[in-house]
Amino acid sequence: MTDLSLHLMDIMQNSAVVGSTYIEVGIKAEKKKNLLTLYVKDDGWGMDEETVRKVSDPFYTTRTTRKAGLGIPLLRMSAEMAGGGISIESEPGRGTTVTAVYEIDNIDRKPLGDVGETMAISIMGNPELEYHLLLSNDDEEYVFRTEDVRKQIGDLPINDTVIIGYLKEMISEQVNRIFGGILNEIIS
Amino acid sequence: MKSLAELAELRQKSLDKMNMRNTDTRERIVVGMATCGIAAGARPVMNTFVEEVNKRHLGDVSVGMTGCMGMCALEPMVDVYDADGTKTTYIHMTPEKAKRVVAEHIVNGQPVEEFTITAKDQNNA
Repeated sequence: MTDLSLHLMDIMQNSAVVGSTYIEVGIKAEKKKNLLTLYVKDDGWGMDEETVRKVSDPFYTTRTTRKAGLGIPLLRMSAEMAGGGISIESEPGRGTTVTAVYEIDNIDRKPLGDVGETMAISIMGNPELEYHLLLSNDDEEYVFRTEDVRKQIGDLPINDTVIIGYLKEMISEQVNRIFGGILNEIIS
Repeated sequence: MKSLAELAELRQKSLDKMNMRNTDTRERIVVGMATCGIAAGARPVMNTFVEEVNKRHLGDVSVGMTGCMGMCALEPMVDVYDADGTKTTYIHMTPEKAKRVVAEHIVNGQPVEEFTITAKDQNNA
């Protein structure tokens, strides 16, 4: 994975296939603490403690088609390389939250990447799910919710290509606004 | 700045376009979007399909995603299902290749043989 938005895409896809009705994505950059925190939260069927312990092992997967599962191990590696780490909270029947923390100024922190495209393409692929995106820095917060989009577009499906293209641009603008001047890969 | 309020206008434009075209779904484009696909570049490939379908007003073509297709070394992989159910599997896709698939396969009905998994098998034989 070349950037953090691709890790998010990957973890969000896990959430999309475990019976969730909504997926919440949070990105918080705290300049004073030098910490970038990402999380993906769902209300899917969750995992028991033993499964949570196993998912960081690249040779564990629930799939029956092959013997490896690399999403979580890759996320863990990227966070630990950059002075951070991951944590997974899960409860059977309630859902799962995967959190990854990075040092903002660590030379090995991957750039944030195209969060607008990650959100837009995830919505395109899973139009039946509700997505929430929370962006925040030390001073302000931006919240995006697909429920609000649906209110505006009425009976038009949310995966209409005109709508998806617009959402990608709209979210990208907010990412640049919230993280410009904090994450140095974003030109503000 | 773009805002949610503008979506209501876009909705009307999109609905007007929809009324002008046949509502029967034609091709179905399915992009592999598991860890392997994402790491290999599937997200910008899918985004290109969405953009091209939008740009060319191909509203009756659907673009979706699926999990791992089982041949991770050939990702990004894309299946195109024609209206009659025929499946074409494209491998090692890029945004540039996606544009050609839309122009030649979706618009003109001619699969881009050189990008397909069958072309790879023949070269190796």
